[in-house]
Amino acid sequence: MYDFSKVVITSSPHIKSKEDTQSIMLDVLIALIPSLAVSTYVFGFRAILMTAVSVIACMVFEAVYDKIVGKENTIMDLSAAVTGVLLAFVCPVTLPYWMLIIGDGIAIIFAKCLFGGLGKNFMNPALAGRAFLLASWPVAMTTWAAARSPIGIISNSQETLDAISQATPMAIIKGSAEGELPSIASMFLGMCGGSMGEVSAIALLIGGAYLLFRKVITIHIPAAYILTVAVIALLFPMGGMSSRIDSLAYSVLGGGLMLGAIFMATDYSTTPVSKKGQIVFGIGCGLLTTMIRYFGGYPEGVCYSILLMNTTVWLIDKYTRPTKFGAPAKQKKEG
Amino acid sequence: MAYTFRGGIHPGTKDDPGFKSATNKKPIEVLKAPDKVILPVSMHIGAPAKPLVKKGDIVDMGQMIAEAGGFVSAPVHASVSGKVVDIVPMLHQNGSKVLSIVIENDHEDRLHESVKPKNFEAMTNDERIQAIWDAGIVGHGGATFPTHVKIKSGIGKCDTILINGAECEPYITSDHRLLLERPEEIVEGVRYLVKIMGVKQAYIGIELNKQNTFAKIEELLNNDPVIKLAPLECRYPQGAEKQLINAVTGREVPSGKLPADAGCAVFNVDTAGAVYRCFAQGMPVIRRVVTVSGSAVVEPKNLETRTGTPVTELIDACGGFKEAPNKLLAGGPMMGVPQFTTDVPVLKGTNAFLAFCGDEDKRVKDPTCIRCGRCVGVCPMHLTPVYMNMYASRNNLEGCEEYDVLDCIECGSCAYVCPARIPLVQQFRVAKMRVQDKRRAEAAAAQK
Repeated sequence: MYDFSKVVITSSPHIKSKEDTQSIMLDVLIALIPSLAVSTYVFGFRAILMTAVSVIACMVFEAVYDKIVGKENTIMDLSAAVTGVLLAFVCPVTLPYWMLIIGDGIAIIFAKCLFGGLGKNFMNPALAGRAFLLASWPVAMTTWAAARSPIGIISNSQETLDAISQATPMAIIKGSAEGELPSIASMFLGMCGGSMGEVSAIALLIGGAYLLFRKVITIHIPAAYILTVAVIALLFPMGGMSSRIDSLAYSVLGGGLMLGAIFMATDYSTTPVSKKGQIVFGIGCGLLTTMIRYFGGYPEGVCYSILLMNTTVWLIDKYTRPTKFGAPAKQKKEG
Repeated sequence: MAYTFRGGIHPGTKDDPGFKSATNKKPIEVLKAPDKVILPVSMHIGAPAKPLVKKGDIVDMGQMIAEAGGFVSAPVHASVSGKVVDIVPMLHQNGSKVLSIVIENDHEDRLHESVKPKNFEAMTNDERIQAIWDAGIVGHGGATFPTHVKIKSGIGKCDTILINGAECEPYITSDHRLLLERPEEIVEGVRYLVKIMGVKQAYIGIELNKQNTFAKIEELLNNDPVIKLAPLECRYPQGAEKQLINAVTGREVPSGKLPADAGCAVFNVDTAGAVYRCFAQGMPVIRRVVTVSGSAVVEPKNLETRTGTPVTELIDACGGFKEAPNKLLAGGPMMGVPQFTTDVPVLKGTNAFLAFCGDEDKRVKDPTCIRCGRCVGVCPMHLTPVYMNMYASRNNLEGCEEYDVLDCIECGSCAYVCPARIPLVQQFRVAKMRVQDKRRAEAAAAQK
């Protein structure tokens, strides 16, 4: 007789794919490494330190929250680490650490855990954290250090900040700051002012390509988002642009669009589940981003456009449900 | 060009797509007939068969020992010659005890007098269908729906026959080996089926991972005007009736309806083989090719067994277990039925028996949906499992109905890809039962 003492009875299917939540989040972290590398080259060691502080803060906040409410510890799913990296990436590298940590707390506790944790939050935690920081410390959140400038690793005095700060391309176009626009090439490679993660389009694209290759994300949201912004920039050039091509290049490369489209607008919890819905979501993000850039008070609109679209996800899901197999023809047309 | 459908998954690894490499190159081995066979009266969907023999009777191989218990039912035949030693409820693959006829094998393999070739051309169509019924032929793909019912209800309604050689379930290679080693039986069987049903076209759908069978089948088809080979892209669940019909003909079986409503009748390759054996040899269903595989099996094999052979003997023939298994399955890993012992008989629809000892299952405590939407992309019925699960986990039956839980075919694609390891199929099975209970209760209330 054989030993059947270990045999369990469970529902089918009895095999599962390799990918789990943790491996997906790890892939996202890996995809962010090129940006971190460029950011470290451009802004110095402080970029790594900011990212590390943010990641640790996010994981500690989540662990403490889980402990308080008596939930099983969830930090090993690495989603808090992703939030940590992303929030650090959308902040100026010169932001004081304590502010960043408060932002992490808002992102993890208020935007994520209070709604029930991973998968149940309706707002992108990192962007919610950024929105909070921008509203609370607008000056610190809009002081952008120039590339390769001497940035203090621990803290920066006001004099240093004044000396090294440089306007972002978007602010210059908007006219809310003085300065000379960086060249398209330097925006692509990352040699211009901006937040840590958004400086280099090429690094973000490499990360995005990795995520696509690993099938962590699909092309739908980033493509719909970026194309919408690009088409509008081409048809209605931004003010002060010498050509339509310039308008397109600056609107696609000059702000947080790449980071937002590849890493923020593809956050699972806060985006539609069907491909059709994801395209609608991407187009919506693109429209809102350009509207804020063209008509809004802020030079950059990626953060708020994604947050706004996050709130529409359930509605989009409802109206973009796939038509089921074998549905009657009439229903098909409506679907 | 290969056909396929939208949705679905590719189980397996890069080096071992579909986990079929353990057995797909192993010829079918004939397993010695066991000393005792256990033949349950229910090896099909429908009413149980009624025993025709009693304890102590001497029976011959191929003799009908239980007759069909209704129209949707199939008879059972002795798979060995010998003595009926018991007619008692025995453990069945479905987990319950089912009335079974136990025959002690005298190892003589005396053929019963009824087993003789039939003159197909001289028979009327009704006689042919009766012959299929009398041979106890049921769907050999695993669903075991009586074949005569499918034929009878499909005549006039169906213009297309599809022969299902997709074998999309991972690990299983029994159909592959049959297509490779006995293609004559299958192709001839299809010819019989085409004549009986009077259809204009028939396709033998085979996935590209079985390309080595194509040449021989094309040769046997010999530019047949009706029967064509339809190569299919590898994709699970291509062998599901609705998906196969869609892949090959582009038709969609309407929601809640049967393949016949899309003008199609689908038969497994071994069902076609059984039809051939029924007419050419007069042989009823008493044999079954079973793939024995899985991480716990020492030497995975394709075994030709008598129906009613205890699975333990199949495991013995494969060298036993490497270590104590943690999962035993009758059928494939995607839709197979879990077993708690190998002390069950091989049935007409048993295409595989698997044993695992690793962490194939990957169950986790407290799975949390991260709304990644993978389940939506892979659902071959184009449903939204993420929302179905949300409603099902709250026991919101209206929500489950609204999100078409009843259209779920339980193929397991969603649960396979779910990175959070949510037991989606389990949720939907329970939800389907509850929705159906609710509908019955409502119908009963409306009648009062």
